[in-house]
Amino acid sequence: MYYLYIVTVLALTLSFIANRKKTLMGIKIAVKKFINILPAFLTMLILVSIVLFLVPDKTISNCLGNSNKFIGMIFASVLGSITLMPGFIAFPLCGILLKKGVPYMVLSAFTTTLMMVGVLTYPIEKEYFGMKVTVIRNIISFFIAIIVALVTGIFFGEMF
Amino acid sequence: MKRNVIKIVGISVYIVFILFSFITGFDPGKQIGKNFITFSVDMLKILPCAFILIGLFEIWVKKETVEKHFGKESGIRGYIWAVLLASTTVGGLYVAFPVAYSLYNKGAKLSVIFTYIGASAICRVPMTIFEASFMGIKFSAIRLLVSLPLVIISSILLGDYLEKRNYKIMEGK
Repeated sequence: MYYLYIVTVLALTLSFIANRKKTLMGIKIAVKKFINILPAFLTMLILVSIVLFLVPDKTISNCLGNSNKFIGMIFASVLGSITLMPGFIAFPLCGILLKKGVPYMVLSAFTTTLMMVGVLTYPIEKEYFGMKVTVIRNIISFFIAIIVALVTGIFFGEMF
Repeated sequence: MKRNVIKIVGISVYIVFILFSFITGFDPGKQIGKNFITFSVDMLKILPCAFILIGLFEIWVKKETVEKHFGKESGIRGYIWAVLLASTTVGGLYVAFPVAYSLYNKGAKLSVIFTYIGASAICRVPMTIFEASFMGIKFSAIRLLVSLPLVIISSILLGDYLEKRNYKIMEGK
């Protein structure tokens, strides 16, 4: 994350040296864009806070640990789609589940949908791309995640 | 208009509920409030920087440059650039959307935009390293090698389909 700060400060400094007026204009654009999208972010944060309460880590562990790996995979992909969590929470959780014997393909379905499918980011995505495209993109992403999970299952010898 | 009213009412109810929960010690409400704060802080660490970079991009980068590398004439290079740019993106989809929108306004084509969004979900470098350290390199490698081509192919199909229908991305629509 630190490299983001370094890059931003560097870019701002260089820009400021090159042209003060232009830089201020750039910052103005940044602020305006940020304020425009803020309501959508607020909606998303509210949804996230509620969904994470309804679906705590424990529920995720229980669902993913289902004895049937195909049912587990379906659960995992649905949970991954409707939740949103940063990688520094999701991957350690998956690491623990892996040690508990949860198959790779189930975890793959979970992490891949977590990354690609965003039910909770819908308010933001819709603001930029409209409802139709947002829905199409998320459905495609869901199926890509399922394919990734199945291939993962094949390569780890979990399929048959 | 009506939708805005619903939104404002919804947000107000939420705020009142959280405040009420903290005053009366209602645990589920407190938990939801804490979730909200954790995630807000997490995003506020990233968003200001991301938007400043977007602002500078809008000012400094010429339309022709974006058109050349990400536009209709870019060919396969456009997709390579999109994936490389995505791999350095921080945060997640919520950062990728405004970046994608700026790129689009500067003349990037739709299929490249969708590739960028998909790729920034799956191949951010710091995230992938972190993933591999918990799940093993084989796991990450399979995920990347399977999902990336699928993302590019589906982006091309979706982009072409929308381009034919004269679809335009519009902020706030």
